[in-house]
Amino acid sequence: MGIGIRIEHLRKVYDSPPPSAAGGRGFSFGPTRSGGRKEKKKKVEILALDDVSLEIPAGQIFGLLGPNGAGKSTTIGILTTRTEPTAGRAFVGEFDVWQQQVKAKRVIGVVPQRPNLDFALTTREVLLFHGAYFGQSARERARRADEELEKFKLTDRANQMVRELSGGLMQRLSIARAMMHDPEVLFLDEPSAGLDPQTRLMLWEIIRGYGSLGKTIVLTTHYMDEADTLCQRLAIIDHGKIIAQGTPRELKSSIPGGYLLRLRFDRATDELLRQIRELPGVTEVKSADPTAADVYADRGGPLIGPLVNAAQAAGVEVRDVHIQEPSLENLFLHHTGRSLRE
Amino acid sequence: MNWKTFYALLSRDGHVARRSLAMVLVQNLLQPLLFTFVFGRVLTSGGLMASGFKAVLLPGVIAISMVIAGVQAVAMPLITEFQFSREIEDRLLAPIENGWLAVEKIIAGMIQALVAGLVIIPAAWLTMGSGAHLSFASPFTFAAFCLLVALLAAAGGLTLGCSVGATQIGLMFSIILTPMLMFGCVYYPWSFLRAFPGLQYAVLLNPVVYASEGLRGTLAPGVPHIAGSITASVLALADVGLVALGIWKFRKKAVS
Repeated sequence: MGIGIRIEHLRKVYDSPPPSAAGGRGFSFGPTRSGGRKEKKKKVEILALDDVSLEIPAGQIFGLLGPNGAGKSTTIGILTTRTEPTAGRAFVGEFDVWQQQVKAKRVIGVVPQRPNLDFALTTREVLLFHGAYFGQSARERARRADEELEKFKLTDRANQMVRELSGGLMQRLSIARAMMHDPEVLFLDEPSAGLDPQTRLMLWEIIRGYGSLGKTIVLTTHYMDEADTLCQRLAIIDHGKIIAQGTPRELKSSIPGGYLLRLRFDRATDELLRQIRELPGVTEVKSADPTAADVYADRGGPLIGPLVNAAQAAGVEVRDVHIQEPSLENLFLHHTGRSLRE
Repeated sequence: MNWKTFYALLSRDGHVARRSLAMVLVQNLLQPLLFTFVFGRVLTSGGLMASGFKAVLLPGVIAISMVIAGVQAVAMPLITEFQFSREIEDRLLAPIENGWLAVEKIIAGMIQALVAGLVIIPAAWLTMGSGAHLSFASPFTFAAFCLLVALLAAAGGLTLGCSVGATQIGLMFSIILTPMLMFGCVYYPWSFLRAFPGLQYAVLLNPVVYASEGLRGTLAPGVPHIAGSITASVLALADVGLVALGIWKFRKKAVS
């Protein structure tokens, strides 16, 4: 039995710069000054979350996708008791995170954006003490620590001081630590930032594996491919607001003309391009080069037949067809008018 | 209250402290010991200081060693752990109310202050050479003062650790700790400040005064000192105040 998450009308205003773990690096929107006359010192207020409501069903891998400073880490911070909401409520399972902190802490595991490992300990001790904090017996925590070290390929670093580990190894250890007490809900704040491609793939496997045990997983990312391959559902967040929600497929197909078909011919005649433009579902045809055409359409595969027929009728040979599915990047662009990386 | 978690947090601090025990003892105790040697032995043997000064100095050195050890044990790790790396978050996510983590820090700090006290008593006594007459006639009073001083140090360390940023550590030593020690009646009895009446009453705001004078009262009752009932009460009050302030600051600092 898994545990779901519910967020109701969450709002967070920071009156001092937020800690960098909560999205402090690079807020992309300007601070506003509050106008209270009685205040002696004018406070800088930063609106990080603006009336966010969200429901994450138990057992899902859920992604929060958005640019830096969008409010992803603040959302995670509130759900993990590390950030006090200005208004609104957050529930992990039946526990109100702010009112029943200890009960909530018991069922969650957290991987922060930047590793916050205990530098005074060795790799293995980090896991052992974490297990002890969660009340595991000496034997149980030793067994689990060895399992986690093995799973994350850290066994040969077991007795090394944490401060001597490289960034990638620290990140792996953070994730191992979060799984050490077998939490029902796992939060990962940009888990693959700074990881090499192999480790990233290993991490995705581990996340999928953990998800398949019926655990709820919430991850934030600004990598589209990660959100796309890993998450069953996504919420796109920007400027503290959720701008779209759904499965990756739903989200992508929600943009009109989201498909791009890149065609190559032996030669492209004007007549052919005119005919393609008139095919049902085609929104735009661009041809920068006499042997190629980029066709934007609201469908991909179903358009191939009519395209080939049109080419044959015009006496043109089709050399290559490439279908680009609608991407989350396009979606973000569609909703905000700017690219996700900006 | 979750005792298992509390005990695990305490054993983590114990484990880390044991790992660096020798270094920490040298760091905290070398200066008081050198001070004891120069003022308690060199200057007294040369006749520049009366040998009665030994009994004045020794309780003060014990007090200051415990205060330094307790403050350092709590404040220094806290300052780094709350910084950029937010190392403390690991423990803030442990299934226990955040305030108990602050209490745990205080207890770990008290233990370290008491260990420092236990080490410094024979060490300073030996360094001082013959002639340092200490009275252990009232061991319970002495133990009670040690506990009050250890709690003062640890709770003070918690308050400082939650108020000072990493860039201000040097400043903390030069504008808070050094004046507190110099005007803490460590090296002289409070009554000697009679010649500076303004200062004599101003230093009463400094809790270290009651730590030194309290220990002086039990260990060297022959030396002039503030009455034990007063020092004990003020120390107890300061302890309660600093514990409350420290926990409050810690809980505020723990969440954003």
